[in-house]
Amino acid sequence: MTTMASIAGREIQVDEEGFMTDPAEWTEDMAAALAKSIGIDELTPDHWSVIRFLRDDFASEGETPTLRRISSTIDVTTKRLFELFPKKPGKKMAYVSGLPKPKGCI
Amino acid sequence: MTTVTKTAPVPSFADEDTDRKLCIICSKGTLDMAYPGMVLANAALGEGIETHVFFTFWGLDMVTRKRMDHLKATPVGNTAMHMPQALGPIPGMTAMATHMMKKEIAKLGFPEVPEFLQTLVDSGAHLWACKMSADMMKLEMEDLFDGVEGIIGATEFMELSEGGQIIFI
Repeated sequence: MTTMASIAGREIQVDEEGFMTDPAEWTEDMAAALAKSIGIDELTPDHWSVIRFLRDDFASEGETPTLRRISSTIDVTTKRLFELFPKKPGKKMAYVSGLPKPKGCI
Repeated sequence: MTTVTKTAPVPSFADEDTDRKLCIICSKGTLDMAYPGMVLANAALGEGIETHVFFTFWGLDMVTRKRMDHLKATPVGNTAMHMPQALGPIPGMTAMATHMMKKEIAKLGFPEVPEFLQTLVDSGAHLWACKMSADMMKLEMEDLFDGVEGIIGATEFMELSEGGQIIFI
């Protein structure tokens, strides 16, 4: 089931958990509002490197990368990912990037 | 069906931090049985769950420096490997089974045991070694992977697992 929601003045489609169902509706200016809603008050350049990688990788692989894929592809450690997106990094990164939550187990 | 809402719903996963705790007991020292505990621990950590892994008996091999990179998978006595048991003890069979299993695991993108354990530690896991097993195998902290926080007994494990969920592997 899809619900329409409003973020940063734009109408987007989200699923029952709040994740965007159409990655194409995401724009970079939504990221800050999405991040704030999950307790990340500021998106630093480090956050953005990760967000941009997620978007690029989703576009080329068709699925949201997992923590392992992220840390083995770009210059960021698992530890750093937990610092940038505390407690539930996989879900938080996907949410802020307008992507589905990652499915992989590693 | 679509309904219009005024503001973006705050995702359910972002509700206050969970106070869930998970304690995984790893008692096996074979390559195949090293993975369930690590995969579960990794998933728990990714959900912000306080995660402890307790290595006991053969599980201690997973965190013993000299052994952790040499775990094996064998068809001997393991009918789940779908091979006639008589073939199991043939020289080279265990090495081949181990090699094949490692290849399949790597194909799926999973790291080998030492790297996986380091990832768990980097993600916040607490690793503990069982005192009885360490005494039996004459091991001390310096023989163990440096991500292990300490060698503890069953009572201490009972204390640290209070209120948590326990999985025995």
